[in-house]
Amino acid sequence: MTKETTTSIGKRFRWRVVDIVVASVIAVASGAVFFAWTIAHDGISGPLKALLPGLQALDGGVWLFAGVLVALVVRKPGAALFGEFVAAAVSGLLGGQYGATVLLSGLIQGLGAELVFLAFLYLNWKLSAAILAGVGAGIAKAVFELVVWYPGADTLFMAVYTVSSIVSGAVIAGFLSWLAVRGLAKTGALDRFASGRTSAARV
Amino acid sequence: MNIVTPAVTGVFGKVNPVAKLGSALLLAACLILTVDWVSAGTALVLELVLVPFLGIRPKVFWIRTAAVWIAAPLTGLTILLYGRASGTVYWEWLAIRVSDGSIDLAIATALRVLAIGLPAVVLFITIDPTDLADGLAQVWHLPSRFVLGALAGFRLVGLFIEDWRFLELARRARGVGDRGRLRRIPGMVFALLVLAIRRGSRLATAMEARGFGGPIQRTWARESKFGWREWLVLLVGLAIGLIAIAAAVGTGHWNFIVG
Amino acid sequence: MAAAQSVPAARVSARGWGWRHASRKRWALRDLDLEIEPGERVLLLGASGSGKSTLLQALAGVLGGSEEGESEGELLIDGLPAVQARGRAGLVLQDPDSQVILARVGDDVAFGCENLGVPREEIWRRVPEALEAVGLELPLNWPTAKLSGGQKQRLALAGTLAMRPGLLLLDEPTANLDPEGVLAVRDAVARVIERTHSSLVVVEHRVDVWLPIVDRVIALSPEGVLLADGAPDVVLAKQATELADAGVWLPGARPPVLAQRGGPGPVFLSALDLTVGRRELGQPTPGFVREGLGFDVSAGTITALTGSNGSGKTTLALTLAGLLPPIGGEVVASLELRGELGGESRLRGEPGSGALRGRSSRNLGHSRRGRNTAYPIDWRSRNLLTRIGTVFQEPEHQFLARTVREELAVGPRALKLEDAEVGRRVDELLARLRLEALAAANPFTLSGGEKRRLSVATVLATAPRVLVLDEPTFGQDARTWAELVAILGGLAAQGSAIVTATHDQLLVEALADSEVRL
Repeated sequence: MTKETTTSIGKRFRWRVVDIVVASVIAVASGAVFFAWTIAHDGISGPLKALLPGLQALDGGVWLFAGVLVALVVRKPGAALFGEFVAAAVSGLLGGQYGATVLLSGLIQGLGAELVFLAFLYLNWKLSAAILAGVGAGIAKAVFELVVWYPGADTLFMAVYTVSSIVSGAVIAGFLSWLAVRGLAKTGALDRFASGRTSAARV
Repeated sequence: MNIVTPAVTGVFGKVNPVAKLGSALLLAACLILTVDWVSAGTALVLELVLVPFLGIRPKVFWIRTAAVWIAAPLTGLTILLYGRASGTVYWEWLAIRVSDGSIDLAIATALRVLAIGLPAVVLFITIDPTDLADGLAQVWHLPSRFVLGALAGFRLVGLFIEDWRFLELARRARGVGDRGRLRRIPGMVFALLVLAIRRGSRLATAMEARGFGGPIQRTWARESKFGWREWLVLLVGLAIGLIAIAAAVGTGHWNFIVG
Repeated sequence: MAAAQSVPAARVSARGWGWRHASRKRWALRDLDLEIEPGERVLLLGASGSGKSTLLQALAGVLGGSEEGESEGELLIDGLPAVQARGRAGLVLQDPDSQVILARVGDDVAFGCENLGVPREEIWRRVPEALEAVGLELPLNWPTAKLSGGQKQRLALAGTLAMRPGLLLLDEPTANLDPEGVLAVRDAVARVIERTHSSLVVVEHRVDVWLPIVDRVIALSPEGVLLADGAPDVVLAKQATELADAGVWLPGARPPVLAQRGGPGPVFLSALDLTVGRRELGQPTPGFVREGLGFDVSAGTITALTGSNGSGKTTLALTLAGLLPPIGGEVVASLELRGELGGESRLRGEPGSGALRGRSSRNLGHSRRGRNTAYPIDWRSRNLLTRIGTVFQEPEHQFLARTVREELAVGPRALKLEDAEVGRRVDELLARLRLEALAAANPFTLSGGEKRRLSVATVLATAPRVLVLDEPTFGQDARTWAELVAILGGLAAQGSAIVTATHDQLLVEALADSEVRL
């Protein structure tokens, strides 16, 4: 066996088993958080939020963090899509109120984040990319929900809803995910990932 | 009843999960196209007629779908206040405009949320995750490494719930449990992620040790079948959607979502 | 099992082999030269960090590629690089929970066969055969979530066995199990080896468990080089000191004799007709209920809560600690323990009276109709600190801070102590528990033994009079074990009351004044 210092593109893009499983596990944990959030979101504040002119999308970023988080951890093509989709599916399987339609939400929101990482050719995993990926997911979420759940709304509502979604995606899904990954790297939990090794020197 | 096991047994429980998924998605695809009370109402009536034949206990049905029944009128309320206005305007305040048009849209929206949401939830809660994974990999030919990785990860949900509880108790034990329950949540989510990633890394090693992800073409111990029962379930989903659309078009209520 | 015997045992050769993880400066293992003949049964010993697990994972071909570290030299199974010989070696790991892959017993055993491309009919022939070999005769659709730790380990063994490996690798397979589980797994391995004659490499601290079935012992130094290799009795005799320092449990080693403690002091806690249990999500009735428990916890004594896995030890410990509400009956704190909390000295009802049963529907955190200072569950979180401290089984559940130093300061700060006093306590504990070098480290990055010491230290920082521990010696090596015993014995001698849930018989023998068996 020879010592290899250079990693080819093919190798960098190939998912190892640990990438797949840890991505799944993070997505599953996120799905459980989605589920809990769905209950808290609609159980406690639902009636009040129904009265808002689109601002209810401001906490929607919670449903978007799985994709960005998974992508920042495993750094592989498709990670945002896979993470968001699995998290959505899990929240549905646990009994979330949106049932099978979460699969579509997950797919579309994941795609929103994925396209941003793709635009950076999967080379940028910094804060800027994370926030833009959150924005991408936020746009996707707003479009999907306005079409599926609020098609009768007027233009002002739609505009407010979209902007709120984007802000929420950027802050909660983008910034907080980035912060979480930075913290996770310091705990040593990401030792098997490039994301866990860039911030810490060899010990 | 365990939250990670399906809510149904019997014939319907044995239907391939990918057929149930497909059925729910086909139905949703039809209903998404229009906002009107006729299509949504027609679909809802047909769905409710079929529910008793699925073998789900009434109590389970109501508990699991409760959130949809609550969400539907609330979504309607939002549209009542912020829907596209037309006809007589009854009340106007800041961005709120309640009008003939928004009342019609609100009723249609509430029915539509039920018509899309109920079958989506009902079909989903009768799914066994293992069977779903088998179906996704063998029938839909999604990449098996990803499907099985996700399935194995899903099995850890129970452990995460357990972890969450211990995290809460430990905060009380450490003397910081009196106040700021909300402020503690990010810290607990973080600790949960650390535990989850550690478990995930160990699980990945265990799976690799059993040959997972190797170069060999894998076989399947359980065969995922797609027969006439599955086609029937798909067909019923599509049929409800098409009948609903036909009813709306026929009565002149068809109201395409764009425009 | 005729078919299983047809697989030839594997030969292992390491030639100048070494491995360095991508995040480490130090080589985990280096310059390893080793031959294991087909059919040999090897016990691999060494301190934590000596590279034992790395070697087993390398042999199983799961160490990862160049992305995760670099290797040198050769590691061969039957003459082939180990990475290419996947399937020839089967690996069982330490943690039972993260080895169960699928939801049903039969599917889980079949998983490895599927990955090796075994035809379906053949898989379902092998599955029951493997389950029978490990003594786990359950229906194939039995939920894996219902298995005990020992059963999960045997399930993992069955899954490995069904792949027909020529080399069986076991990485501390019994470290997390109760005594019955340990023996069941050991016996299952012995039976499997007897039938298949495959080669075996087992890593384990508790030597006496495995000595009967191995014929060779290899010891690694803490630096990851070969220390000793040979017949078990020879190696164990020659390297006794090094191995003991490395945390290996040598056969026949007895626990240290502790200073004599005075008789019991005042009572701190009393369990009165206590029923414990926990409400599971979606379950109408509480799980593993224990009824009618009655005992006192007094100053200067050590009480062991014992019983097999799943018997409710943890639940009882957490109920005594004022963290879980009793399902019925009472946990009562004496005036002595309550101190300045004082308050009503009378209970709501005497044991057995109707008033007690009225409490049974209470839930944690919900509508307490008036706090009663006699019940620890009613205390504020901050008031627990100086009275009842709890050490959780999983140290990571109780870590809150970013560095070891901050972690130790959490409790004292919650007590609103002055900065100088906080600093004094933290420094004293860092020294006492050998954590000084780690003061700036992130608690999550510590090794198992260090995490355990830190979790104990965080609790000692507020000097609680009652200390409740849940399986403190779980998975610990002999060295950490001895340290823990010394600390707990010392605390009791100074008048603390210790309650520990444990399945560690040696710990009970070394420390316990009384035992509550569930």
